[in-house]
Amino acid sequence: MWFLVPFLLVFAVTILAPVIYAVGLSLFRDRLVGGISFVGFDNYAQAFTDEKFHEGLLRVCAFLVVQVPVMLVLALVAALAIDSGRLAGASFYRVAVFVPYAVPGVVAVLMWSFLYSDRFGLAGNLNDLLGFDLLKPLADEWILPSIGNIVTWEYVGYNMLIFYSALRTIPEELYEAAAVDGAGPLRVVGSIKLPALRGAIVIATIFSIIGSFQLFNEPNILRSSAPGLIPTYFTPNMYAFNLSFLGQQANYAATLAIIMGVVTAVIAYIVQVRGSRQETQ
Amino acid sequence: MKRRIVRSVAATIAILAGMSLAACSTGADPASTGDKGAQAVDAALKNGGEITFWSWSPSAKKQVAAFEKAYPKVKVNFVNSGGASDSNLKLQNALSAGKGAPDVVQMEYMSVPQFVLTGGLLDLTGYGFADLKNQYTASSWANISQNGIWGLPQDAGPMALFYNKATFDKFGLQVPKTWDEYIDAARKLHAADPKYYITNDPGTDGGWGSAMLWQAGAKPFQTDGETVTVNLQDEGSQRYAKTWGTLVREGLLDNIGGWSDEWFANLASGKIATLPAGAWMPGVLETGAAAGSGNWRVAPMPTYGDGSAATAENGGSTEAVTKQSKNPALAAGFLRWLNSSTESVDIFVDSGGFPATTAKLQSEEFLSAKPAYFGGQEINKVFLQASKSVLPGWQYLPWQAYANSVYGDAMGPVYASHGDLSKALADWQKANTAYGQEQGFKVKQ
Repeated sequence: MWFLVPFLLVFAVTILAPVIYAVGLSLFRDRLVGGISFVGFDNYAQAFTDEKFHEGLLRVCAFLVVQVPVMLVLALVAALAIDSGRLAGASFYRVAVFVPYAVPGVVAVLMWSFLYSDRFGLAGNLNDLLGFDLLKPLADEWILPSIGNIVTWEYVGYNMLIFYSALRTIPEELYEAAAVDGAGPLRVVGSIKLPALRGAIVIATIFSIIGSFQLFNEPNILRSSAPGLIPTYFTPNMYAFNLSFLGQQANYAATLAIIMGVVTAVIAYIVQVRGSRQETQ
Repeated sequence: MKRRIVRSVAATIAILAGMSLAACSTGADPASTGDKGAQAVDAALKNGGEITFWSWSPSAKKQVAAFEKAYPKVKVNFVNSGGASDSNLKLQNALSAGKGAPDVVQMEYMSVPQFVLTGGLLDLTGYGFADLKNQYTASSWANISQNGIWGLPQDAGPMALFYNKATFDKFGLQVPKTWDEYIDAARKLHAADPKYYITNDPGTDGGWGSAMLWQAGAKPFQTDGETVTVNLQDEGSQRYAKTWGTLVREGLLDNIGGWSDEWFANLASGKIATLPAGAWMPGVLETGAAAGSGNWRVAPMPTYGDGSAATAENGGSTEAVTKQSKNPALAAGFLRWLNSSTESVDIFVDSGGFPATTAKLQSEEFLSAKPAYFGGQEINKVFLQASKSVLPGWQYLPWQAYANSVYGDAMGPVYASHGDLSKALADWQKANTAYGQEQGFKVKQ
């Protein structure tokens, strides 16, 4: 068993220790008046009545419910099209759809913030051309869909690749058998490809849920382009970050991080269990 | 962060370019203080030693070099602390850890109450610093002298109204003397061309918002030991909410964020017609909105009707000595030289700072400067007057940096919906009250 030692050592140092440290932090409170004191689960109790935290949590849930299905359907359609064998230059499309994922996230958001600007950006030019305000991506009511659009643009290619590689593992014999049985392309998709993709879809869904709960970069960078519309507690991650670095409330920030970790794990677990149950049906 | 850096890097460089910086005032003369504490400082400087100094001022390195030349026995370990928020965080950590804090540290005026309260700073009264009071403008001295002397002012930012004369001429506007006239000008300008705004304010800059409240005569924050009063509905706050709230409600404010590319472009073109800002603004305009050269002018801040001049301080820093210092007399000696000697203040102003010492402010070279960017106007005379009419009695919160960071959370929704500014102030009060209580203060409203 000696060969497990390096793994267990690294696991303890890089995974266990930080989690234990964060749990430890969450049981204390550091005040300007009174200093550090042990408060038990007071921080957790506070989180359960913290409207800002709830608002951020509800916002990422709403984001998740809309953005993740849209993104995964787009990725699925792209993967099926590229895998269909009827698309001329399929490998070009495969790379092109994947490229946004290779663009650094910060750069992507900056680029989109220029496109979105209704003063100097594409949205502004279009509005000027039309003579009225058709697009206001950085207005209060559109800011969340605008962020969803950026995230979708960034991650469609990544998910497409997960689906595509799952499709490539389908044995050629199945297609031949289907052809012999006289199955059309839609029948092939419904009876062979989609069932084979089930595992990949579960994995992609779990990754996307985790990504949604960790939403941070996009809103945080858009803040300066849309001043006043994105509060410091826009998402739970932004809230924890700002509590820690602006409010010097590292203890409460650790509490929120742990709660978010548990919430994410529970939802990911439910998705996985449901996904594998369908698989055995 | 960005604004602080730009502000401190860029302030009044070009005004002072070409000016002779020969000393015209005496600054601190250690021998004249005649105090036992001052003598201890003199002795420490003579004996020498080693101290550590944290600062993010662009002039700090040069000042340290000049100091070490004047006092060869003293070694100053200069650390660039990067900026106000990084420095605050590091300092707070070092103070709680009980070790690792520098001897002398730069901090914004608004952070002084926080570090005084947590017991991190040394009261310099015992080193004869009370005798230095007359060397500084009253408002900058007030920032460091609540129940003790907690540092020496490095710079100041008395507010004035910067306005674009070209835009004013084009639309036939008069320079507003009162806020009512300012609102009228705002309406007239925006009605004449919807691309033009009287100024920009997306409701995200808490430092600026605090200064505007101060200018309206508000005293929303009062600290007495561990009891803090937060009242953003006092008379002055209501006056501000009513006046500035009119601009918010009628959509007369451009929602561009400060220090963005769009902001500088609109300042250069005059689409933003005025800026109520601190006296460090000229250098920012000259470097950031160079194309607007010749068009901008400076006037006193508009008043609230009764006509008497009133303004506020917008920003500024001090240096302080920490309690952890092992050689406090020497640290005090360095600080005294840094922010009161003619040599050091000249270096500071030379690299773009706006001075807090009256000698420098009143020097002939300073006052008679006629920068071309401002059409040859003697703008420092306006700032000198401003520094004399800063309203007394303002206090910052012991958590002002945090308060400023959540200012936008309260203002943002109201600004976006052209709503009621006094509601936004009430929300800011609520956030501050909650934070104060979480931090163990007794908060009164």
